[in-house]
Amino acid sequence: MSLIFDEVTKKVERDIHLSEVSLELKPGSHNILLGPTLSGKTSLMRLMAGLDRPTSGCVHADGQDVTGHSVRKRNVAMVYQEFINYPSFTVYENIASPLRRARVDKVEIDRRVRGTAEMLHITELLHRKPAELSGGQQQRTALARALIKEAGLLLLDEPLVNLDYKLREELRTELREIFNRRQTIVVYATTEPSEALLLGGTVFILDEGRVLQTGPTADVYRKPASIRVGQIFSDPPMNLLAGIIEGKEVRIADEICFPLPPHMAGLAPDQYCFGVRAHRFSLTRSSPQDVEIEGRVELAEISGSETFIHMSLNGIAWVVLEEGVHPFRIGEVLRVFVDPGGLFAYDGSGKLVRSPFASPIPQSEPEEVNDGGY
Amino acid sequence: MRINKRSIGLAIYLGLLMLPIYWMLNMSLRTNADILGVFSLYPKDPTFANYVKIFKDSAWYSGYINSIIYVSMNTVISLLAALPAAYAFSRYRFMGDTHMFFWLLTNRMAPAAVFLLPFFQLYSTFGLIDTHIAVALAHCLFNVPLAVWILEGFMSGVSREIDETAYIDGYSLPRFFLTVFVPLIRTGIGVTAFFCFMFSWVELLLARTLTVTNAKPIAATMTRTVSATGLDWGLLAAAGVLTIVPGALVIWFVRDYIAKGFALGRV
Repeated sequence: MSLIFDEVTKKVERDIHLSEVSLELKPGSHNILLGPTLSGKTSLMRLMAGLDRPTSGCVHADGQDVTGHSVRKRNVAMVYQEFINYPSFTVYENIASPLRRARVDKVEIDRRVRGTAEMLHITELLHRKPAELSGGQQQRTALARALIKEAGLLLLDEPLVNLDYKLREELRTELREIFNRRQTIVVYATTEPSEALLLGGTVFILDEGRVLQTGPTADVYRKPASIRVGQIFSDPPMNLLAGIIEGKEVRIADEICFPLPPHMAGLAPDQYCFGVRAHRFSLTRSSPQDVEIEGRVELAEISGSETFIHMSLNGIAWVVLEEGVHPFRIGEVLRVFVDPGGLFAYDGSGKLVRSPFASPIPQSEPEEVNDGGY
Repeated sequence: MRINKRSIGLAIYLGLLMLPIYWMLNMSLRTNADILGVFSLYPKDPTFANYVKIFKDSAWYSGYINSIIYVSMNTVISLLAALPAAYAFSRYRFMGDTHMFFWLLTNRMAPAAVFLLPFFQLYSTFGLIDTHIAVALAHCLFNVPLAVWILEGFMSGVSREIDETAYIDGYSLPRFFLTVFVPLIRTGIGVTAFFCFMFSWVELLLARTLTVTNAKPIAATMTRTVSATGLDWGLLAAAGVLTIVPGALVIWFVRDYIAKGFALGRV
């Protein structure tokens, strides 16, 4: 099965939820919709499923126009962010229900239900009701019901968001393996860059109802075509430092000055915006060309085994992600180091002109990213 | 100490509440002559003669049967009409939906007397006077709006994603409704049935006007007990006690959900 969106727009009353989205999902492809909340991920999924009808534009499945076709006639399965099961059915009946509706033979149903339950490790829960399960088990049941249908299009709308950290890690890895064994198109919506990277496939960066960038997940991560994409595809959002290039030097806010790193060679002297992901900062010098920046600690939050250090210096602010738990006092002056070789350079209009990943990787919009003229 | 004071207060309140009912029970177990002759806090010479008369005299027991027939019919009709309506109000947005929803409730606010004459004429024209279905239909005027209101609250408590999942799984709307949705809101349906039952059971004005003898409700029978010997208090009290029984039985079954029903499912 393949799915093509042709300039699809979805409006609800006056609000534009999706604006002229065009995309193509290839047979057997794994697709990640990455975007902040309210970026249109769920709206897009509902259109893919056929639960909603686009305000304008066309949806083609397998070359046929299916715009406005009822969801019952589409070959789709869907898993929601909330754990949606039929509360009055047992887990077994929940998983079996798509097959029962499709009038599959009883023996065959039993075989497939047990097989799917095995795959998701819920075999011993088959006789229970969903209310007697934990959140993770409920979501496994919902996943099993979606998987057993073997639909051409499998939609997962932030399926792991409501689970605790450990369960999420566990299911995420399992899901990747399950997807790899299947021939269906998988569409997976998430707000987390790490989840997108783990699942791989093709990523669609969504923001305010628009697709900002498309491409293989790792490539988009390495070359976020605009500042906004860089922010969405980094957690915490990419640090942005406004600066200028003068001759062989980069100068950021008069305070920080360092020689032009090799990957930025050839950039015309001008104003630029330099992006750097939080984990590129370090509290220790790791190479001689590292730039040293001294700043005040504004806030240090400990998240799991990592520490986010919010720092500022004369009006510019950035976040440092440091492994381990570091209790810093607010107001403390701290030295951090960053390799200028890890900087993204964006021009005045917010387009990526240089990425630290020099090797040319095929891009969906290569003319914007790899143009030597910048 | 605090709890004790509260218990005493509650006991007094309950006592006051139960007093009329006790008095009715007391009277029902005494003969008319006894009631009119002596003042007594309890039946000194209890007799079941009043109850026996009610169960033996068809003029009396047919009143109960008639009431139960039209009340049951009304409960079923109200639920059958209200379930799809409530589903539509809960799941779909259409032109004027909120206004229509409110208009439904205004039907409950109107006094029954307003509808009395038009209903009498309408039912006469169709030859429905003195039938059970006439009363059952007339009571829908109050019970359908109420049922829609209660059920809508319960239905809106069920997440919409369940409907969508069912459609994705291949359920048709009727099949989904009957096999998945109705079991989910069965509490609401029980509570709604209770309210329909109670309102129809206690309604007197329409029921009496639309019936003559064949479908005469018990409440109407009770208002026509004046005979040559005056009012038969004992018999009337026994009939009153028996009138409480069906309501009490139904309350017993839905006692855990009744508060939710009063809040129209929005708890």
